[in-house]
Amino acid sequence: MSQPLIRVVGLGKSYRTAAGPFPALRGVDLGVDAGEFVAIMGQSGSGKSTFMNLLGCLDTPSSGDYFLAGRNVAHLGDDELAALRNRTLGFVFQGFNLLPRMNLEDNVGLPLVYAGVEREQRRRRARQELQRVGLHAYADSLPSRISGGQQQRVAIARALVNSPQLILADEPTGNLDSHTSEEIMALFAQLNRDGITILLVTHEADIAAHAKRQVRFLDGLIVSDITTPAGALARC
Amino acid sequence: MLKAMLGEAWYAMGANRLRTALTMLGMVIGVGSVVLMMAIGQGAQYAVAQTISTMGSNLYILISGSTSAGGLRSGGGGGPSLNVGDAEAIAELDGVSQVAPVHQGRQQLVHGPNNWSATVVGTTPAYLDARAWTIASGHPFGDSDVRSATRVALIGQTTADNLFGAEDPVGKAIRIQQSPFVVIGVLGQKGQNLDGRDQDDTVIVPLTTAQRKIFGTPFPGSVRLIMVQASSAEAMPAVEAGMIALLRQRHRLRDGQDNDFYVRNLTAAADSAAETTRVMSVLLGAIASVSLLVGGIGIMNIMLVSVTERTREIGIRMAIGARQKDILAQFLLEALMISVAGCLIGLLLGIAGALLINTMIDMVIVISGASVLVAFGVAAGIGIFFGYYPARRAAALDPIDALRHQ
Ligand SMILES: Nc1ncnc2c1ncn2[C@@H]1O[C@H](COP(=O)(O)OP(=O)(O)OP(=O)(O)O)[C@@H](O)[C@H]1O
Ligand SMILES: [Mg+2]
Repeated sequence: MSQPLIRVVGLGKSYRTAAGPFPALRGVDLGVDAGEFVAIMGQSGSGKSTFMNLLGCLDTPSSGDYFLAGRNVAHLGDDELAALRNRTLGFVFQGFNLLPRMNLEDNVGLPLVYAGVEREQRRRRARQELQRVGLHAYADSLPSRISGGQQQRVAIARALVNSPQLILADEPTGNLDSHTSEEIMALFAQLNRDGITILLVTHEADIAAHAKRQVRFLDGLIVSDITTPAGALARC
Repeated sequence: MLKAMLGEAWYAMGANRLRTALTMLGMVIGVGSVVLMMAIGQGAQYAVAQTISTMGSNLYILISGSTSAGGLRSGGGGGPSLNVGDAEAIAELDGVSQVAPVHQGRQQLVHGPNNWSATVVGTTPAYLDARAWTIASGHPFGDSDVRSATRVALIGQTTADNLFGAEDPVGKAIRIQQSPFVVIGVLGQKGQNLDGRDQDDTVIVPLTTAQRKIFGTPFPGSVRLIMVQASSAEAMPAVEAGMIALLRQRHRLRDGQDNDFYVRNLTAAADSAAETTRVMSVLLGAIASVSLLVGGIGIMNIMLVSVTERTREIGIRMAIGARQKDILAQFLLEALMISVAGCLIGLLLGIAGALLINTMIDMVIVISGASVLVAFGVAAGIGIFFGYYPARRAAALDPIDALRHQ
């Protein structure tokens, strides 16, 4: 295997609180190769979201190093970080985070605006991604007109539109019922089969079972890192 | 990219129409009042410039002092201290182009059944040149008319209209103080002077005729006024000093004795009138600018509110790859659109208001392309200036903080 897509070394993050600095991450080491499907688990407050935000270049670590596709993220400027968020990775939130005043097509195409893609091209690719998540019929609807599960699909389509190598999802099924969650997980599994690396946070074991590898956090540290037999096979 | 952002800015403005409209109203009022005030101010300046151009240039008026104050010299009379000889002597000075002794007063004029009272000016032909009078019809009188005191008259437009109506006055007779005069010409139109008096309500007759037949002075040869025109603005100080020295010498005034005449610089008076209107129009513009400033602050206020309200949106945009400059441009563009749209509407309203004033009260209004451009530039500048701080604040947000907002 060549260099891993993600490599973190001694990653730490403390939050400033009224009671002094609070270490949410306390030296995390992890490598994720391209094509992996990793579930991140752990009890509430164990630092999962903190970790995902750092991986998503939304936040900056207090200590340690983060290499994304071989580049040390700590050395990048704001614009380069924005470019990483725009092109290299796609982030999927628990709360969908669609822009409520824009129709689905424009929501999905928005990352392409920041990538400088022309309008016609944007429309074409947005519709293509909506098709991929099975919602092309709703391209002109507003997010408020569709269900939560559908909104999450749109958010995934948005994460995919600029062809990222990596999808980061923080509890993407946290707001959904179990049936819809299954559908979303099936979508992630399909994307992974298409070659996209996926890291997702979940509380539920049956959700995590879709992943080939399960990483467990406790109090800001990784306490277990299990590759399922199927996953191990895939990693060879 | 710009097109997409324009569309989004348009969208954002439409999202809260009432708020956008109210914010715009601030700009509308600001720009409208600047345009209106500038139109009024420039109109006033234009009107004064027009008046000054009809007055004649580089003019002095010498006014007789009352000799009763220094009565010793004239032997207790009370006649005017200036005389025709003074005028002739001044005409010899360097830099003097026209000199006209003047004797004037209001008189009743009669033509057939019509009565009219106008200012009758007794003077010499030089007066017409000095005051830049033109002859609309007929011909002026000459020096020979002054020498032989002929009873001829030139009448102004107002006088002509009131005495003759539609009739052609040239060749007709009018009576002033029972004496018949033949109208030999009608003067070109001038309009009001700086004091607001109608310059066309006048009759000009030879000086000698005026003194003998109309005013009947007991001091032949003396005059109340002498009008002096310098050949150029540069020559004026030398002419003024020369006149004063000459008259003091001619009137045998000793050192320390006051002048027995006054010198009034008409051009300086005109300049100060022009300066006054200029100051007035600057002041009007300044007051109007304050409302433009208030409009700008309104934009800043609403943009700050908007940034706060949309913090989460900003976070989402950053999370999917918006750079700081994209966010900055987005909010700046919104501020700019509000101010430019407000400016356009304000411009139209300002111009409409100016035209309305023009038709309603007949005030001179000047709407210059420059003032429109300035208003537009200032509005765009205000949009950027007052939009920048909120936009900067939006762009400087930390992605994760913005996403956590609410
Ligand atoms: N902005 C913040 N300021 C201060 N403390 C924070 C902040 N964000 C998180 N924390 C603290 O850091 C710890 C880890 O938080 P984090 O959100 O990463 O947990 P999590 O594993 O995602 O939990 P959950 O499963 O509930 O989402 C928690 O104890 C939390 O209280
Ligand atoms: Mg979390």
